[in-house]
Amino acid sequence: MIKICLAGNPNCGKTTLFNSLTGSTAHVGNWPGVTVEKREGSYRKFDEKIDIVDLPGIYSMSPYTPEEVVSRNYILDEKPNCVINIVDATNLERNLYLTTQLLEIDVPVVVALNMMDILKKNNETIDIKALSEAFKVPVVEISALKDEGLDDLMKVAYGEAKKVRKGTTILEKTTVGSLVREAYNELKTSVSSPLFHAVKLVENDELECKDHPELAKRISDMKSKLPEDDFEGDYEAIIANERYEYIGKNFKHTFVKFNEGLTKSDKIDKVLTHKIWSIPIFLLIMFVVFHFTFSEDFLGLNKIFGLEITSKGWFNFFTGMGYDGAIEEEGEAILSGIPSLGVFLQSWMGFLTGSIIDLFNSFLPEGAWYTSLICDGILTGIDSIFSFIPQVLLLYLFVSILEDSGYMARVAFIMDRAFRKFGLSGKAFIPLLMGFGCSVPAMLATKTLEDEKERDVTIRITPFFSCGAKAPIWTLLAAVVAGRFLGDVFVFSIYILGIAIAIIAAIIMKVFSKNYDVPPFIMELPQYHAPQFKNLMVHLWEKFKHFIYKASTIIMAAIIVIWFLSNFSWDFWNGMVDDIESSILASVGRVVRYIFYPLGFGSGADGWKYTAATFTGLIAKEDVVGTMAQLGLVEGTINLSNAAIYSFAAYNLFTLPCFAAVSTAKSESSKKGFLVTLAWWLALSYIVALIIYWLGTLLEAVLWLGSIVIVVIVLLVILLGFYVSKKKRAQIA
Amino acid sequence: MEKLLSEFKIGEKGIVKKISADGRMKRRLFDMGVTPNTEILFRKVSPLGDPIEVSLRGYELSLRKDEAEKVLMEVQE
Repeated sequence: MIKICLAGNPNCGKTTLFNSLTGSTAHVGNWPGVTVEKREGSYRKFDEKIDIVDLPGIYSMSPYTPEEVVSRNYILDEKPNCVINIVDATNLERNLYLTTQLLEIDVPVVVALNMMDILKKNNETIDIKALSEAFKVPVVEISALKDEGLDDLMKVAYGEAKKVRKGTTILEKTTVGSLVREAYNELKTSVSSPLFHAVKLVENDELECKDHPELAKRISDMKSKLPEDDFEGDYEAIIANERYEYIGKNFKHTFVKFNEGLTKSDKIDKVLTHKIWSIPIFLLIMFVVFHFTFSEDFLGLNKIFGLEITSKGWFNFFTGMGYDGAIEEEGEAILSGIPSLGVFLQSWMGFLTGSIIDLFNSFLPEGAWYTSLICDGILTGIDSIFSFIPQVLLLYLFVSILEDSGYMARVAFIMDRAFRKFGLSGKAFIPLLMGFGCSVPAMLATKTLEDEKERDVTIRITPFFSCGAKAPIWTLLAAVVAGRFLGDVFVFSIYILGIAIAIIAAIIMKVFSKNYDVPPFIMELPQYHAPQFKNLMVHLWEKFKHFIYKASTIIMAAIIVIWFLSNFSWDFWNGMVDDIESSILASVGRVVRYIFYPLGFGSGADGWKYTAATFTGLIAKEDVVGTMAQLGLVEGTINLSNAAIYSFAAYNLFTLPCFAAVSTAKSESSKKGFLVTLAWWLALSYIVALIIYWLGTLLEAVLWLGSIVIVVIVLLVILLGFYVSKKKRAQIA
Repeated sequence: MEKLLSEFKIGEKGIVKKISADGRMKRRLFDMGVTPNTEILFRKVSPLGDPIEVSLRGYELSLRKDEAEKVLMEVQE
């Protein structure tokens, strides 16, 4: 089987090319989002099956970031049959820097000049022949976006993959040429890709010098005999400089010079990174995203025009209103007016799954244990998961759009200074923001952070950025509090609370950590571009598949267990119990609930139900709502106080995330860090929920709205943050 | 006239003379194309005062003032 891998700079169109080449064959289990893990798929237009591996985007083959290490090790150790080096034709200079390094490895290389369509639109051309002759590898023009030249590219790559290629270097005719040759001659019999290692040795690469101490010494003697240079004997600098010099000298005429004036990107940047407006705009964008996903009164239309619609009527048919089971039973419209897209889709999904349950109920015998298993267990559980999938996907779509368009990098640029106060870089913001979609890809994305400590801290606070699976908990609770105050404000306040606690947590960890240096922030700001529909859909599809997979395995198993526990007593051989109060789940929950007594939701007759829901949430956060539904806790039957609702929400937000996220945290953090992380999640969630419940109960006694509670807490949090950072600064001064 | 990249004003242009960073930061600067004789245009300061945005080799790069302090420039008129 032939293995071809894709390598190139970030933002060069690699992911688009991968999606175009592999179609829907990409391996499941790869998380959508930033490409940090390698994704694999197959190309099937030839008789022989070809495996395509998408390596993470890198600027260099130096072992500077984990992504570079992954790519470097993959190409050197896994020995693919061919490397396709994707080069952004509109930014040839920096892209070719990586090419000059790839060429030094003993592997066939094909250079794919991407974004040729943009070049042609600007009446620019690149001398392909000159490029190909200089590098002695084939060069193919493509446009990954427009699917142009891909067949040619694969034909050439397939041909090259059958060949053997020895590494070449552009350093040969430079000042370091003799050094590289000396090292190469020594290494060529003992290691594979000797040229690559020879160059690394000349660069004084630590690992390389340790492997070949004698040779390193000889090279360093040779260096001392060379004439003085401008770099004070820093060979890393000399070699980097030689690469850029070579590219400049040979291809200067092919560099694309766009208009000197403001590009479209610059104009957008003028607004989005504006001195005063950038932060309000960012907050506004985030609010719009949440409003579109969660609001039951879209754009406040209902309030403005006073739309009042009953649960039956043609208008509801189009808005999706009134198809929620709970609403129909009570015979009145709880939701009125026009909902946001997210709520609209959710209602429709609820209608669909509700109808399916009715259908099964109508032909299965009443009272049989398997009717109960299918209708009350499996289908009701699935219903509770499916009804929120539209909102999860919508939220994820918004996050993907922000990521794809290049806005995320600007957010990092805007937020870096604020984040440095908390011991993080602006880059940590991208994984954290992805946490709003799903903690798992967010934790995987922490690979882009160079510092191990920063990665641990980021992973520790990622679940506080409420993920999509937690959203149905807020949606359910929002519906409960909707009668008391605005549902979307409640949801928004939960998200803000998560962010605030994450900030405090990061500050605490920074204060208690020794020698904590803030990692560097040298980052490209890519040009803005319209997000690509196809890529977005591939991301969404992968996400959807993942949910279905999870729902049909781990969640299904949990649902059946919960159904069993809640329908049978300890003497289960006697058949189902009539009353859930005498079930196994009830008896276990009644004991464990005392732990949650101080948090407000462990008390009362329903206390054990909230306890059980919290525990099943460890399997998957979707199960919190699923379990609650099974135990009869729905919109109309939840009778916690506002403070207890907030406390319950906070506990579920800050406690251990689902098992998938926990296992990702384990694989992504340092060994010691992971155990601290677990303890941290358990302790923090309990403490925060405790404070919220008691403070909330106190304030509720005096004040009107529960939302005021959150506002007060958030203000305290921000003040504390400034206080801590100021005090620290004062200490330094 | 020579001065540090961190002391540049918006719209100022210059040529890199010397990079005094160490280790990873140095390597990163080189990999991103900040090498001697590169022309750099100072474009923007983040709303919170740091980091800064420069353009070089046909693309936009963001770096902190701490990092820009390590880059000695020759100002171009």
